[in-house]
Amino acid sequence: MANYFTDNTDLLFHFNRLKLEEVVEIAEHGYTEAKEYDFAPVDYQDALDNYRKVLEIVGDITANSVAPQAAAVDEEGSHFVDGKVQYAKGIQEALGLLTQAELMGFTLPRRYGGLNIPTTLYTMAIEMVSRAEASLMNLFGLQDIAETINKYGTEEQRQEFLPQFASGAATGAMALTEPDAGSDLQAVNMLAYQDADGQWRLKGVKRFITNGNAEIVLVLARSEPGTKDGRGLSLFACYGKDNIVIRRIENKLGIHGSPTCEMQFNDTPAQLIGKRKFGLIKYVMDMMNGARLGVAGQALGISQAAYEEALRYAKAREQFGKSIYKIPVITNMLMDMRVTLESDRSLLYAACHWVDLRNKLEEKADLLKAEGKDSTAENAKLKEATRVAALLTPMAKYVLSENSNRITYDALQIHGGTGYMKEFNAERLTRDARITNIYEGTSQLQIVAATGGVINDIFADDFTAREQKETSGSLARLADELKEMRVLFLDALKYVTDKTDKHFQSIAAKELVEIYSYLYTGWLLMDEAEEDSRKVFIARRYIIGAAAKTRRNWDTIKKDLFADLLHAEDILI
Amino acid sequence: MSYHSIVMVKQVPDTANISGQVMKPDGTVNRSKLPTIFNPEDKVALELALQFRDRFGGTVRVLTMGPLKASDLLRDCLYMGADEAILVSDRKFAGADTLATSYVLSEALRKLAPYDIIFAGRQAIDGDTAQVGPQTAEKLGLPQITYAEAIIEARGRQITVKRKVDQGFEVLEGTLPLLITVIKDAATPRPFRAKRVMAYKNAHTLLELEKMAEANSLLYVDQLKDEYVSKGLFIPTLTADDLDIDVERCGLSGSPTKVHKIESVILGGGAHETIPATKDGMYALIDRLMEDHIFG
Repeated sequence: MANYFTDNTDLLFHFNRLKLEEVVEIAEHGYTEAKEYDFAPVDYQDALDNYRKVLEIVGDITANSVAPQAAAVDEEGSHFVDGKVQYAKGIQEALGLLTQAELMGFTLPRRYGGLNIPTTLYTMAIEMVSRAEASLMNLFGLQDIAETINKYGTEEQRQEFLPQFASGAATGAMALTEPDAGSDLQAVNMLAYQDADGQWRLKGVKRFITNGNAEIVLVLARSEPGTKDGRGLSLFACYGKDNIVIRRIENKLGIHGSPTCEMQFNDTPAQLIGKRKFGLIKYVMDMMNGARLGVAGQALGISQAAYEEALRYAKAREQFGKSIYKIPVITNMLMDMRVTLESDRSLLYAACHWVDLRNKLEEKADLLKAEGKDSTAENAKLKEATRVAALLTPMAKYVLSENSNRITYDALQIHGGTGYMKEFNAERLTRDARITNIYEGTSQLQIVAATGGVINDIFADDFTAREQKETSGSLARLADELKEMRVLFLDALKYVTDKTDKHFQSIAAKELVEIYSYLYTGWLLMDEAEEDSRKVFIARRYIIGAAAKTRRNWDTIKKDLFADLLHAEDILI
Repeated sequence: MSYHSIVMVKQVPDTANISGQVMKPDGTVNRSKLPTIFNPEDKVALELALQFRDRFGGTVRVLTMGPLKASDLLRDCLYMGADEAILVSDRKFAGADTLATSYVLSEALRKLAPYDIIFAGRQAIDGDTAQVGPQTAEKLGLPQITYAEAIIEARGRQITVKRKVDQGFEVLEGTLPLLITVIKDAATPRPFRAKRVMAYKNAHTLLELEKMAEANSLLYVDQLKDEYVSKGLFIPTLTADDLDIDVERCGLSGSPTKVHKIESVILGGGAHETIPATKDGMYALIDRLMEDHIFG
């Protein structure tokens, strides 16, 4: 039987080198949960064994039940009849299976019906779901909504909402975007007011809301009359269905199985989540960071599927009397795709590791504080994890979503004319990939989010330590490349910061963030190459390619490519 | 009212995925090279039993006769939602044909009484005999409904079942307790449930505990068993000593079926045939493929 977990040797490679001891120890409260729940692990090895078995279930369902329906889901799409949204048949069935398998409360605490599994493993599940059918991820991957209620809601709210998510009785939606508030969420206009009884109510329109037909909706709304910016916004939870009018669903390029709704709130009763005025600046930012990691996982799953389609087709297709797989130009394209796929996976799961660490250290620090104990050590570690996670999350989302577009593009190209036809999966994957670098913050906004960490060179000590480590043979050459890249990075960084021109800095940020991602990923691949000899090939192709791109980005900055921005009006006629 | 069901399940070689190494030169099967799976129709039978429990309440137990390795199958049943799994295993049962197998299973079922419904898959993909279910019912003196594709209703001691027949179906009513064999189309087996997988992954049969004790001189089977029972992780295991049986009717000695000859059929390419690219040509091709069981 096919299995998207056990058949993916690279995913297994990453699973087998997880180092989540600290995270799981905190998540399991020192493994005391096992006393209360028969499915809680008794130690770290037991936890890993649990995770493996749960991912095997995901791998089974995605490979054998979800993937075979993907083309039909794309063809059928979602339905909008008499004001009600209906999922495609394949989506309904898939949600049924994921619910039966008890996978809809992946990260939630056990007391609310969840599995209490860390984000890293959840992201692995997202990767598999997306490989099978990208739009299913938009429903399976919305568990961050429940996570947000878990983190910022009251105990009463947790008890009300979370079991509904975990049991699969409810799906969620996060209603942020409005017609005039897309990338600029500070402009959100949805009104939140308290009626005579003190009940919060919502009034206004939300647009482009994934799964807006959900049973439980988190809404960003203006609770402070007279304010204009993000500080007047709060976060609310409300029930969908009869309380919200769905005006239409969008006709989209890809991810057809996931309905994108326009929602009208007519004095919809809602509950405030957390504190007033913290809606955007804290809760939504946090929720979106979780969702960004999910979208990176989605992009990776699509990349994996596209790579496999391309490889299979190239092996089967014969031209010039041989399989096109054997034509060097094609072999080379496939190798580029494979190396990109594997380096993307390294970056994503490194990011996940830091996110898990940040989340759990935060939990522990809060707990210690509540118990009146000293949390100095935790706070120091938490500070570092927060800094790293804040950089790696947008970086991973940027790199993986752009690469997913590249890999699906090449996969279609390898199919030639056939790839342009609907009969093969390459065109669907190409369309599905296209949203990943748009939603949950466009690539351009991910660069903005990553810029701070890059300009502050937060991995400086880490890179220096790695550069000083002894390496031998071919890895020594690669280490030299990385050292040279770092010199170029620091040079370019200095050039950019020395120029005090804010416009120039905002444009050059892309070049800098990219170089930083090459450096970070390059060193990750060096670690992997030391553990596994096959990974030397991956590290080699990645790093030599990255060095060339680094020189190009450096050149772009140093030769003032962007100086003509002053003449934009003359050029843009 | 609620009902108590027992599902008879079997672990079988994965005959759909036979690789080159599996067939020995003499045409027999090298079992050690063969992956094993949950016999597909037995899995459907378990699903139907679980759906029946979802509808009417009650319990679902599963029963298999097999070697140590069959413990995996029983855990799979627990992962899907079976309330209890029971292994019937003894060296004396080895080499059994359908007659000897149904004899041992029927004796095990007597021990597990009372029950309302016994479910079984129509047949196993290794032997394709479809005999064990019906033989077991005969030995227990139970009515049986074979080729079931749906349970329409259950009321008191009456059950209404839709069964598949050539060219259609028939609807039968039966009085409990009875035995039902289930065809593949009856249901789609549910996935494993994550919490049950984590909870029961360490559930073990007596044979597995014996093996653990053999590998470690510090462990004693009785102690292990007590420990696993107390944790709710012991899979009850019935041996010949636990059943009131005539050993002569078990295993090889109780199996009149003798394999007369095994032939390793090597399919070779034959002559070409050109099929005209017309509608009639296409229909003729489809008919031929149906005849050869390549289609349908």
